[in-house]
Amino acid sequence: MITWRGFLRRFLADPVAIGAGIVLLVLVLMAVLAPLIAPQNPYDLLQLDIMDSEMPPSWRPGGDDRFLLGTDAQGRGVLSTIMYGTGISLIIGIGAVIVQGILGVTLGLIAGYKGGWIDSFLMRLADIQMSLSTLMIAIIVLALFQAAFDANVYADYAIFMLILIIGIAEWPKFARTVRSSVLGEKNKEYVDAARVIGLPPRKVMWGHILPNTLTPVLVISTIQVAEAIMTEAALSFLGLGMPVDRPSLGSLIRSGFEFVFSGQYWITFYPALVLIALILALNLLGDWLRDVLNPKLRRGED
Amino acid sequence: MSTPIEEKGPIVETKGVEVRFPLPTHFLSREKPVLHALNTVSVSIMPGESFCVVGESGCGKTTLGRAILGLNSPTAGEIFFRGQRIDQMDEAERKPVRRDMQMVFQNPYASLNPRRNVFDTLAEPVRHLMPEMSSAEVRTRVEEVLSATGCDPSWQRRLPHEFSGGQRQRIAIARALVTNPAFVVADEPISALDVSIQAQILNLLTELQKDRGLTYLFITHDLSVVEHFGTRVAVMYLGQVMELAPAETIFDTPKHPYTQLLLDAIPKLEGGSFDKPRQPGELPDPVNLPKGCPFAARCNMVQDRCRQERPQLRGLPNGTEVACHFAE
Amino acid sequence: MAMLEVKDLHVAFPRGKHDEVEALRGVNLTLEKGERLGVVGESGAGKSMLAFAILNLIAEPGRVSHGTVKFNGENLLDLPERKIRDIRGNRISMIFQDPMVTLNPVLSIGTQMMETLRAHRKISDKEARALCIAKLKEVAIPSAESRLDAYPHELSGGLRQRVVIAIALLTDPEIIIADEPTTALDVTIQAEIMALILKLCRENDVALILITHDLGVVAEVTEKLMIMYAGKCVETGPTRQIIDSPRHPYASGLLKALPQHAGRGTRLYQIPGSMPPITNLPKGCTYHPRCDFATGRCHGGEPDLVNGVACYNPLSDKAEAKT
Repeated sequence: MITWRGFLRRFLADPVAIGAGIVLLVLVLMAVLAPLIAPQNPYDLLQLDIMDSEMPPSWRPGGDDRFLLGTDAQGRGVLSTIMYGTGISLIIGIGAVIVQGILGVTLGLIAGYKGGWIDSFLMRLADIQMSLSTLMIAIIVLALFQAAFDANVYADYAIFMLILIIGIAEWPKFARTVRSSVLGEKNKEYVDAARVIGLPPRKVMWGHILPNTLTPVLVISTIQVAEAIMTEAALSFLGLGMPVDRPSLGSLIRSGFEFVFSGQYWITFYPALVLIALILALNLLGDWLRDVLNPKLRRGED
Repeated sequence: MSTPIEEKGPIVETKGVEVRFPLPTHFLSREKPVLHALNTVSVSIMPGESFCVVGESGCGKTTLGRAILGLNSPTAGEIFFRGQRIDQMDEAERKPVRRDMQMVFQNPYASLNPRRNVFDTLAEPVRHLMPEMSSAEVRTRVEEVLSATGCDPSWQRRLPHEFSGGQRQRIAIARALVTNPAFVVADEPISALDVSIQAQILNLLTELQKDRGLTYLFITHDLSVVEHFGTRVAVMYLGQVMELAPAETIFDTPKHPYTQLLLDAIPKLEGGSFDKPRQPGELPDPVNLPKGCPFAARCNMVQDRCRQERPQLRGLPNGTEVACHFAE
Repeated sequence: MAMLEVKDLHVAFPRGKHDEVEALRGVNLTLEKGERLGVVGESGAGKSMLAFAILNLIAEPGRVSHGTVKFNGENLLDLPERKIRDIRGNRISMIFQDPMVTLNPVLSIGTQMMETLRAHRKISDKEARALCIAKLKEVAIPSAESRLDAYPHELSGGLRQRVVIAIALLTDPEIIIADEPTTALDVTIQAEIMALILKLCRENDVALILITHDLGVVAEVTEKLMIMYAGKCVETGPTRQIIDSPRHPYASGLLKALPQHAGRGTRLYQIPGSMPPITNLPKGCTYHPRCDFATGRCHGGEPDLVNGVACYNPLSDKAEAKT
């Protein structure tokens, strides 16, 4: 067990963790506060002027002070679209992980605690799910969805679709992790003690075992958020993710990609930089969490 | 403290209890091997006694305790609590009985949920088994049982990892007593503790027994503890009771060769037990039990009959019951 | 000169960036050829640490912060790793609590035994095999020849520990350090294993350091005894003498707390409280908060080991008789 104070002390003792934490905090704040601090609202068509399109960053010749990082083909400020886009990427990442977590934790807990054929069935299901690549499923489903509905409907529901698809495709990771923790926990004596007083299995599972399996869940959650954001970015890059008028980081990278060779590198470059920083920070934090929460790797007190 | 109910008969009785565990196999395999954890065990435990079960690992002593509490269901046989058959009860019927039967586990580092504070751990049995109690009553009950087990009331908001092994075992004992049970299974409650702590816990168990009129089923591998603590002793080997006798009798005149071997193996402060070399003794495979006496392979007075015919418990003139063809 | 001489051994672990805590706080011991020493203490007393420190095996981030370990006049703590490997597992062998830790589960018994032999001896395959079989027979393993090809999981706990002992004996060591060798085993198997260790030590004139928490085992096997508490030796001397008339209140308390000493159903003597963690030792004598005989002096400074006992008010035979 690790206390909050010990946790904080370890965090403050690790420069990498602090660095990753700060980067993540800045990006999250930037995304959350985007409506307040962004120089313009890229969703508000009235604020856009096609005359402002493809302007370089402000420090370069031809730049404009209103657009620090330049503008894209539709005259949207790259800085503002990044701020809003980071938010969309984060929402999809976190939302997908919540879906994965709810599905995976529940099924993993049931498989591990009940054992027998239920366990075999759920785990084979997980194997099948894992053998189908997330991207492949997403591409098929999204392509069908895009073909079936018109662009406006698609734009409205794209974010939910992405959350659901990435969430459902990745549940086995959580289920397997939780199941193996449950297998370790369920033979411990505190579980027997709960059974001696006749607690129903439901209460033993959710009240006693689950809280003791959450440590690894927390670790993979961080890494899965990064993974989900990556998947979404990849889908958007392929044109199957967020539509251009509600861009995520991935769709921003895509929208600028065709201009890279004509010299307007900034439309792609800055969103890509933010995406890399975000993924790196999440992964570093995930690794750090795993090291801190794993008692086998921990030395000394607390 | 509650006064123990006057009882004539045994508080807990097992009749021919058998527990078998199917071993994990490939789901296509024809063979379905089973592990014989308990083989027709019949014991009766009288109110107020400290009934000790001794034996080496794999002898079924823990399974016996767990079967009585319903943690393992017997594949055959009957279990009675105060004359009531309990092994086939459903959960609703069993609930009032559970209050009266509790367990203290071996490892105080595993038996307390690491994420629950002491109060929550102790309140759970009361809340579940005595829903009629108000939360104020629950609180007084928890405090009362904590002080009875030598725990400080200030511990209530703390988590298990803040305590030493001895303190944790006191908390685990408090949890077992919080519903005011009459019968407690103590499964090796001191073997995971340090030497200087073992005496503290044994004394606590003795005191609690006097104050609350508890009946113990005390499971242990340590015969010197049994000699100090037990009123009657069942020596088990490979899921069977080999000898059953009052504690004094078994230490003064052990009848079964296995009991003699066990007593002989205790290291003594006077020395001299390890001077003669011993041949390696092996437990027979509990999956394919031998036909005859399970101890035959290690017995120094073994005869042909022992390999053919399994001995049943039989009474001897001095009151000992023994499962051996030749003990007298 | 004694064969093994440990002087003022300290082992420290870092705490925070600048601070250190000591797990061993100045331990002395001597061991002659063929002598059997018991080291007794509760968990956290530093008894296993002592074994590891003797072989210079203290794992990072811990370190031996002070002291010497002289083996036949050579300080093991100064030797380069290559040279100490020549001694470790060769002239000083170790037996651990759990045989599954010592034995590699994926190698056969024979492979592991031969590996140990070849690491320390130039020997042909045939000779090595013969020697392995001889050692397995010496530890009374039935059908030794066929067991060479067995894997550890195919043997019972008792047989596995016998194999570990056979490996420890392969190189004819001068000292065997056994760290709780029977704690994981059943009583009857413990008796077999301890009887075997005792017999082998006697026959081959091997010295033994037996680390255990069980006073009964020590009384059966060893000649000399060392009782450890909170990283220090609190009493040392001939085993018989300490068992019969302990002088340190802790030693006496441990012995009195054994159930075999109390009458049936009577209250056992109990030492109050528990051993302090090394991170939080009390001032003065580390045992004084639990001691029945503590005086003002005990709160002040820590007593040194004088005449085999580290106590300001050691129990004389007379005082012991009264309590």
